[in-house]
Amino acid sequence: MENKTYEDLFEAKLAKNEMIEPKDWMPENYRKHLIRQVSQHAHSEIVGMLPEGNWITRAPSLRAKKVLLAKVQDEGGHGLYLYTAAETLGISRDELLDNLHTGKAKYSSIFNYPTLTWADIGAIGWLVDGAAIMNQVMLQRTSYGPYARAMVRICKEESFHQRQGYEIMTHLAFGTPEQKAMAQDAINRWWFPTMMMFGPPDAESPNSENAMKWRIKRETNDQLRQRFVNQTVPQVEYLGLTVPDPNLKWNEAKKGYDFSEPDWTEFKNVISGNGPCNKERLGARVKAHKDGAWVREAAAAYAKKQNQSIAA
Amino acid sequence: MSDSQGPLWEVFVQKKAGQPFVHCGSLHAFDKEMALQNARDLYTRRNEGMALWVVPSSAITASSPEDMGSFFEPANDKVYRHPTFYQIPDAIGHM
Repeated sequence: MENKTYEDLFEAKLAKNEMIEPKDWMPENYRKHLIRQVSQHAHSEIVGMLPEGNWITRAPSLRAKKVLLAKVQDEGGHGLYLYTAAETLGISRDELLDNLHTGKAKYSSIFNYPTLTWADIGAIGWLVDGAAIMNQVMLQRTSYGPYARAMVRICKEESFHQRQGYEIMTHLAFGTPEQKAMAQDAINRWWFPTMMMFGPPDAESPNSENAMKWRIKRETNDQLRQRFVNQTVPQVEYLGLTVPDPNLKWNEAKKGYDFSEPDWTEFKNVISGNGPCNKERLGARVKAHKDGAWVREAAAAYAKKQNQSIAA
Repeated sequence: MSDSQGPLWEVFVQKKAGQPFVHCGSLHAFDKEMALQNARDLYTRRNEGMALWVVPSSAITASSPEDMGSFFEPANDKVYRHPTFYQIPDAIGHM
């Protein structure tokens, strides 16, 4: 046998596009990076249930309500796939939740914006889930096995989310003038926060270099953002609506749109806890967890009793 | 790993009758009934299966990646376990 170090074997696997599995040796920083990224992703799914949950009781029809319930339930499921993926890296569910509840872990800044009208539910499904899908399609080939497998499941389920969102937008955009204005207002408010979802520009993204080196990410923030704009602008145009960016222009040379960067100061501000809904979102999460404590205790006590009666 | 979410379980789904059960992920639950119900809600929301197994993760013993080479080595030099190792006269046709 050649005298290879664990690190060589790890690098060789990455070079061959093989996946790293939980029991494989991995550099401590790779593990840390993944725990941060996967848990942040899981928290985003769970916190993401809140802005949409806000509209379940006010959905405009029974059909819309059923669809929204199913979508929000999916988000909960996605959070659970991702939490178990993170746990394979050696962190417990309790620690993960604690990190969210104490503000130590982050979640996507997008969920700190309010859902003011029904059109926001359309805009979230179409734009926010659309941006998330772009990122997640790439992550299906991420180098960590459990994360990649969770992504495959999630991507299969997400496409309904985006389509239902766009369907809401078409109803509004081709409805009454008031409905059309409501759809435009939602795009105006969600466009730039959605652009922020891909993260800071490559030149200023502190985690990107390692993520690319370790094949956790396979495309950069700026590449994904560009692809999102290229894909979405024709969808906005079909609706007869506009993108709230005066600098948006087709660039024939690069076969893509030129566009304005979102306000990165706002992004940093929202991430560090000062967005319009940060307190409300985290407050709702912590309350739900606390209110559920008696259920967990009762279930644990019941399971213990069952085990005792089997043993007796 | 047990915490306030209950122990971890591994979930196996059978897509259709007659097919093997395939691992699809894991979840937390306090007892086996709850594990089964959570598995249904989490992994079969779109008719992905018609039967489920849930197994406590602690009950699973796994081979270790470091020993992979030597552990599976016995199968490496036994080509005679494969049908193509044997010469059959052309006149016999498919066998």
